[in-house]
Amino acid sequence: MSDTLEGTAHGNGSAYGSQPRKEDARFVRGLGTFVDDLALPGMLHGAVLRSPLAHAKVVSVDASAALAHPKVKAVITGETLAQRGMAWMPTPSHDTQAVLATDKVRFQGQEVAFVVAEDRYAARDALELIDVEYEPLPAVVDARQALSPDAPVVRDDRPGQENNHIFDWESGDAQRVAEVFAEADVVVEQDMLYPRVHPAPLETCGIVADMDPVSERLTVWSTAQAPHTHRSLYAQLTGIPEHRIRVIAKDIGGGFGNKVGVYPGYVCAIVASMITGCPVKWIEDRSENLMSTAFARDYHMRGEIAARADGTILGLRVRVLADHGAFNATAQPSRFPAGFFGVFTGSYDLQAAHCAVTGVYTNKAPGGVAYSCSFRITEAVYLVERMVDLLAGELDMDPAELRMRNLLRPEQFPYDTATGWRYDSGDYPRALAKALELAKYDDLRAEQAARRERGELMGIGLSFFTEAVGAGPRKYMDMFGFGMADGAELRIHPSGTAVVRLSCMSQGQGHETTFAQLVAQELGIGVDAVDVVQGDTDHTPFGVGTYGSRSIAVSGAAVVTVARQVRERARLIAAAMLEVSPDDLEWGDGRWFVRGDEELGYTLAEIARVAHSSFEPPEGVDAHLNAVTVYNPPNLTFPFGAYLCVVDVDPDTGQVKVRRFVAVDDCGVRINPMIVDGQIHRGLADGIGMALMEQIAFDADGNHLGGSFMDYLLPTALECPSWELGQTVTPSPHHPVGAKGIGEAATVGSPAAVVNAVMDALRPYGVRHADMPLTPAAVWRAIQGRPLRSDVAIT
Amino acid sequence: MTVVHEEPTAGADVPTRRIRVTVNGVTKTVELEPRVLLVHLLRQALGLTGTHMGCDTTNCGACTVLVDGRPTKSCTMLAVQADGHEVRTVEGMSTPSELHPLQEGFKEEHGLQCGFCTPGMLMSAKALLENNPDPTEDEIRWALSGNLCRCTGYQNIVKAVQWAAHKMRGEQA
Repeated sequence: MSDTLEGTAHGNGSAYGSQPRKEDARFVRGLGTFVDDLALPGMLHGAVLRSPLAHAKVVSVDASAALAHPKVKAVITGETLAQRGMAWMPTPSHDTQAVLATDKVRFQGQEVAFVVAEDRYAARDALELIDVEYEPLPAVVDARQALSPDAPVVRDDRPGQENNHIFDWESGDAQRVAEVFAEADVVVEQDMLYPRVHPAPLETCGIVADMDPVSERLTVWSTAQAPHTHRSLYAQLTGIPEHRIRVIAKDIGGGFGNKVGVYPGYVCAIVASMITGCPVKWIEDRSENLMSTAFARDYHMRGEIAARADGTILGLRVRVLADHGAFNATAQPSRFPAGFFGVFTGSYDLQAAHCAVTGVYTNKAPGGVAYSCSFRITEAVYLVERMVDLLAGELDMDPAELRMRNLLRPEQFPYDTATGWRYDSGDYPRALAKALELAKYDDLRAEQAARRERGELMGIGLSFFTEAVGAGPRKYMDMFGFGMADGAELRIHPSGTAVVRLSCMSQGQGHETTFAQLVAQELGIGVDAVDVVQGDTDHTPFGVGTYGSRSIAVSGAAVVTVARQVRERARLIAAAMLEVSPDDLEWGDGRWFVRGDEELGYTLAEIARVAHSSFEPPEGVDAHLNAVTVYNPPNLTFPFGAYLCVVDVDPDTGQVKVRRFVAVDDCGVRINPMIVDGQIHRGLADGIGMALMEQIAFDADGNHLGGSFMDYLLPTALECPSWELGQTVTPSPHHPVGAKGIGEAATVGSPAAVVNAVMDALRPYGVRHADMPLTPAAVWRAIQGRPLRSDVAIT
Repeated sequence: MTVVHEEPTAGADVPTRRIRVTVNGVTKTVELEPRVLLVHLLRQALGLTGTHMGCDTTNCGACTVLVDGRPTKSCTMLAVQADGHEVRTVEGMSTPSELHPLQEGFKEEHGLQCGFCTPGMLMSAKALLENNPDPTEDEIRWALSGNLCRCTGYQNIVKAVQWAAHKMRGEQA
């Protein structure tokens, strides 16, 4: 290890490659610092009182008995917040969300009051002492009924809102689609639901808020994937200026999109600290996390695919009804109300495509964009990959062959889709061929035929997906009004070690390691000589955070850019040291040296030492080696992959066993392949979970039916097979090192492969489609010819 | 012996109990309310925050510790039930300079990402290897099926346990 330390050049070796993570040393010892690990002097504990009803008028909130509890310091109600103008907060979707209910409650589990007590046990005790009088109202549970004229209006707080309609959004050319469909030999139509699921990071959401009344500074430790945007929102809500608010995200126990937004509990803890003058901790429990924080999906989709008889796909038409819950808090770039669903044309060369999305309010928790969705690409990929499989069934074609016939060809890149996206690069047929080869596809089909003879249900499912990650060009994309560019700052110390400051924030993706590798590679120093700082708004440059697999694509590009700026300044100083023209210098092996005379040169560490000495830098060159930059990506990056899943289905019980899962991913250049593979493993497990087990359902009264891990089932080591990974490398031409995002690709690509496999297994029964999750009950019912309506528990 | 005086967690009228519990080899005397969960004793009173809480229904196993050598979800045991017993947590697995082979294995095989499930996983795996030094993949998956992980998809955790098992048996990893 010593040979990589202290700014020594790594010689001919690359800093890229699989290597153990810097993060692990503390985590394996139990020495991470997650938010609930913090204990500050005098710290109080908060707990949220939640609505037992999905829709009800709040008649009165009586907290007197709770306040009389000897350990209770304060009870905050909607009224307390209203007096401060903080009862409602803005959302990323230009809507508002109730912090604590003032007029009525709009989903079960909604925040009604906040107790502050000396310890967490007492805070929970006191919740039971608060008396809330509700006047129940009929609930809007089924999104398909939300726009009916007699549906109760969820958002009667909004001026002019007379129904539950949120938005209509469309993309593509409807006229052109109609023409293409008229010419088609075959059109297949299918309704499908991408059910409401939840990202369920193992660590729930939480905060420690510490308002110092003397300096009027607010310090917040929280589970924040986007610390800088949190700071700005807190400033807007509290009136405390941004320079006196410090948001710190230490270690985060997984985010998966759950920790992008600001939740009412955070705001309540801040107000509680302002009121009591003490630090206030609030850590939600699992049921609160599942019931009230950002859900994912909940898209009711109708897909239509048109093709020629020979299997040439001509066009796609999609209609979506999007259930956004009671407040439109969906976290996506503000001009994209359906996120990047517009990439639903997938990996195929289509003549025309059109989608229309309608968002509606219902009496459910807010959310929508979360759980590694890349802003709704999970839904888009599921839709197109199911439709292609249905088309294959209709044409009686092999689904692999149908895909191979229609995939975009490498020479078509950069490719402009029928809905206006420019895919950067891809070699799709190669990736698909590789997956088929890894899986021994022909052998699998032969095995399947033999098993079918014996009455056994074996299924083979494919999914070929194109992701769109790395949002994004500032001109088009913003979060909370902030352009989606990312800052990076790099300082080289006198001895040649480095500290790089990111605007993004890891929640397990290995940024401390990967971003050090990026700097090390650019500067020819050891990976251990680079420290990565993230998650502290006082000490990191502004940026909009980690989600949408944007870290490597945007922050990574920023880090490479800033490292190259430092390297360039080192060149000018080295030229002065060597008394040669900068044009005569060449970079190699971590040194600037005189072209033609490799002996004459200096490593970055040598240059750094001189740069910090009394040496006079050249005219116009700043002494010291440091730089700051903001990277505004010219486009997204478009990783892709070919997935193949093999399942066995028990015809008597409907139990699905995933026997194999082959995943070929292409995310361009891989900085740390070990970390990339780990990210893919995670997303594949997501696919098993969503396709087979996970669902947030409601009954007709709006009662939440997935409010704990007793009902919300996550895959364990037993449900996951040993993943079989393969790769191809098609660099992004516009990224400074050719890397594309990867974190969400497997979550996006895998559910369709599992569902396609199960549907393939059920072909002997003539089953066309059944909605996720394909639980034993759902599969059994599909076999009986009675597919389950899975979004509402009672049918 | 260390004596820890935790501030009483109950109201003035709630009785507390004094217990003696050995944690990572050190016997502590603690006075606490009978309803306090073992996980909170460890995390709050003793400052051993490696043990985590991931759920409220005993499913996730992030709070797994060894009680008298048995893997136990410390969110589902009262601290007073540990009176007179021996508890081991992730903090007791290694010295500052030397890691347990399982900890090494998790690093080497990339068996962790966010690190939140890791302490509980390590404790479950430790119990497994103490009883079964040469487990099959199926046995490892079964032994860890009470521990949820959201990041790794489990495969590298299985490999990490295999790595450690090899090393502990004195074989080449």
